[in-house]
Amino acid sequence: MRQITHHLPDWLIRSYAAGSLEHAFSLVVASHVSQCDECRARLEAEETAGGVILEQLEQTEVTGDLRTRVFEQLDVAEPITTPDPAPSGIYPGALVAEMGSQTPRWRSLGNGIKQAILSADKRGSARLLYIPAGKAVPDHTHGGLELTLVLQGSFSDETGTFGVGDVEVAEDDLDHTPMAGPGEACICLAATDAPLRFHGLIPRLLQPIFRI
Amino acid sequence: MAESQTSGSDRVELCEQTEWLVLVRDQRSKAAFGKLYDHFSPRLKGMLIRSGMSGAAAEDVVQDVMLTIWRKAHLYDEGRARASAWIYRIARNRQIDVIRRKPRPVPDEMIAEAESREARDADAMLGLEQEAVQLREAIKALPKSQREIIESAYVGELTQAEIREATGLALGTIKSRIRLALEKLRHDLRDLREE
Repeated sequence: MRQITHHLPDWLIRSYAAGSLEHAFSLVVASHVSQCDECRARLEAEETAGGVILEQLEQTEVTGDLRTRVFEQLDVAEPITTPDPAPSGIYPGALVAEMGSQTPRWRSLGNGIKQAILSADKRGSARLLYIPAGKAVPDHTHGGLELTLVLQGSFSDETGTFGVGDVEVAEDDLDHTPMAGPGEACICLAATDAPLRFHGLIPRLLQPIFRI
Repeated sequence: MAESQTSGSDRVELCEQTEWLVLVRDQRSKAAFGKLYDHFSPRLKGMLIRSGMSGAAAEDVVQDVMLTIWRKAHLYDEGRARASAWIYRIARNRQIDVIRRKPRPVPDEMIAEAESREARDADAMLGLEQEAVQLREAIKALPKSQREIIESAYVGELTQAEIREATGLALGTIKSRIRLALEKLRHDLRDLREE
């Protein structure tokens, strides 16, 4: 596998470990960690720290019969649970679970660009983007934070080049025009905590329709 | 609180919680499980309440977590995680599943993990334990205000924005000992994976 050069910042891994990260960003963290041994070790270090804190916490009284109830269930046959979804092709298991299928349900945005919305609510959204080789995504700025994780191919913008496994962290002040690299279509996972704002009249009019 | 190992001692042992969990895994020991229950359930409940759950909801999660520990013990690998880290992750997964009513996104497991368990170097495992002890001592040595910020971050009291801010301040620049301890941990966890 190629060397991943753009990793997750510490605070995102820490927030994920602590369970404080918004869902859309959690998808990016879980997917990147699936691809990146270094960030997996960083996550495990954060969980070690979480465990150390947990061990030191003051005790809160637990209802007495909870212990009995737990012990009563130890010998009861384990309920059948569905296993974590397996990865499928370029998609880590976390994305397969979110899609509810092995492949994305693409919707065309025109110009060969496609997207598949994975989740969207007022706290943020996560979607897959398909950008044909050499094509650009419309110039846009961000109302908040946008994380873009490359699953296939590559893209470049004003800040650098991103290949498979790389994460771009775009702040609200970044105004950029990502362009897919040559050869292979770029497929990436993009998560934001605010709606994107496109420059130019047509994309802005389309935005409510396509939810991009 | 486990005091089976003391900082400054040359001899480091696996902490007793980890030993209990290994007994649950290898011997299905209910006595060891009882010790894990007694140690972790009051602390898990406190953590879940601090991250915003009601007492009753927290106890439901504690019950699920304890049963998951019993049922998934065969997946536990003491060379990759201390018992408390493994339990911390299970608790977060379950808590978020309950809050969202949908599974939390989790990383794919490494396929080679179960196979490599037998071959693992005991020294490397003790290294992990030693670093965790150093981390604990570094946190203990902090001034109260900073210790509280770090605690709040990991128990789930802080929002992602607050963790981000704290990471730039208390967890980042000021507390280099903690950062160094975390970096050493990461480094060794990565090496363990590559062995």
